[in-house]
Amino acid sequence: MKYMLLLRHEPGTGPEEGTPEFDAEMAKWGEVMGELGQTGSMVAAHGLDTEATATTLRIRNDEALVTDGPFAETKESFFSYIIIDVPDLDAALAWAKRMPNATYGSVEVRPLSSHEQDA
Amino acid sequence: MTESDAAEAVERAYREEWTPLLATLAGQLGGDVGLAEEAVADAFAAAVAEWPGRGVPTRPGAWLTTVARRRAVDRLRREATRSAALERLEVLVRHDDEAEPEPLDRSGVDDDRLRLLFTCCHPALSLEARVALTLRVVGGLEVSEVARAFLTTESTMYQRLVRAKRKIKAAGIPYRVPAEDELPGRVHGVLHVLHLVYTEGHVASSGDDLVRVDLCQEAIRLSRLVAGLLPADSEALGLLAFLLLTDARRPARTDSHRRPVALEDQDRGRWDQGAIAEGAATLDRALGLGSPGQFQVQAAIAALHAEAPHWEATDWPQIAALYGELSRIAPSPVVTINRAAALAMADGPHVGLALLDGLDVDDRLERYQPFHATRAELLARAGDAAGAAVAYRRAIELTQNPAERQALEERSRQARRP
Repeated sequence: MKYMLLLRHEPGTGPEEGTPEFDAEMAKWGEVMGELGQTGSMVAAHGLDTEATATTLRIRNDEALVTDGPFAETKESFFSYIIIDVPDLDAALAWAKRMPNATYGSVEVRPLSSHEQDA
Repeated sequence: MTESDAAEAVERAYREEWTPLLATLAGQLGGDVGLAEEAVADAFAAAVAEWPGRGVPTRPGAWLTTVARRRAVDRLRREATRSAALERLEVLVRHDDEAEPEPLDRSGVDDDRLRLLFTCCHPALSLEARVALTLRVVGGLEVSEVARAFLTTESTMYQRLVRAKRKIKAAGIPYRVPAEDELPGRVHGVLHVLHLVYTEGHVASSGDDLVRVDLCQEAIRLSRLVAGLLPADSEALGLLAFLLLTDARRPARTDSHRRPVALEDQDRGRWDQGAIAEGAATLDRALGLGSPGQFQVQAAIAALHAEAPHWEATDWPQIAALYGELSRIAPSPVVTINRAAALAMADGPHVGLALLDGLDVDDRLERYQPFHATRAELLARAGDAAGAAVAYRRAIELTQNPAERQALEERSRQARRP
């Protein structure tokens, strides 16, 4: 079976960078990610930038509605993800517009975190 | 060189150089508007500190460009990012050092300013962020001034701007004029932001004054810039015409006690004839392009008011027809309310009231002051004193501007007199 682990946190919680607790957590991340790799269970993993950098696209009455933020309707649920590599946000939004669910659901366009951008 | 000469030179440079300097630097930084804004602000701070002592440089713009680039390089080095932008800037900064800087190459600066405007008005930013960024980055207002326009504290506004600039960079909002198929929608977005800036100035939502002249002037200045940069865009001209024709009435909109004066009672001799002439000529140019839109229609309505020698001579049937056209292009309850007021003048208060009665009054409209104020006015004129009193009371409750509230209370009192 293939599964997706969706990792959540409340921004500002968890150990702060530069503290011993943070270093201890980094060691745990290293341990579990390493084991996932060794056991051959890892398919893909990426960090995301913050919600403040997200843009949401919907199409209603043939009009593309672009809004700042990740805000989904409360009844909308996450059902798929696609990672694309394009020059800028306009190019990403152009692909988002082509997703059939945009006409009745929404497409959140969130950059991967800056570390992932250089990789 | 006196201190006041230097201060005046900084002031002038700020007015003339802020936007082109920031626009060009942002381009050289690969569209990092936030970094460009910080570096340009640093350069002006350096001018304030250094010009009084060492004298104003022969070419202030070139001096500021050099300093802004160096500050951008410093900031990039501190972030320890080896980016393409840093390498390019380091080359430019080495050139700056060689000799007295060459006269500035300003070809392409118009394009840069357009890029800057389109970036700050990108729909992926919240509307509030777009207006704030446009005022700060394109208009060069101090953060404290932008905060005042939004009725918020300087630190809140500073944070909001930081977030918006970070989003531009992190989300990859491009620094360019949109492709042709997207351009009309995006131009409209820019014009909408400028219209909001003007509206905030035209009826200041707080403070004791009805009008915030600085915001009105800034909106007109930026609209003039956009209309100049997009001479074939009829709506850009339409917005400029609309703002000029509306702003022409400003001297007569308040009395000597800073209280608002209704259009009906304004001393038309105080209207700015120069602005009216320029607005009318701009509207003619817009209409000549043969591509109508909402700002042109609004300008045409403002022109009819401007051309009427007195209130009774206003061409109400024509104004009502234009509002009809506007509700076709850009329908909204606000347009319907204005249309009802014009129809009431053309065909009697009952016709206007019938149109208002047809509105679907949801919570937002129920809280919309002009809806109640207009209804009160029409009910009073139709002879329904009791209905008018109720509507006036609701309108007064909803008015935040003290000057406007006082004027409504006065009209309410008049309506109660038999």
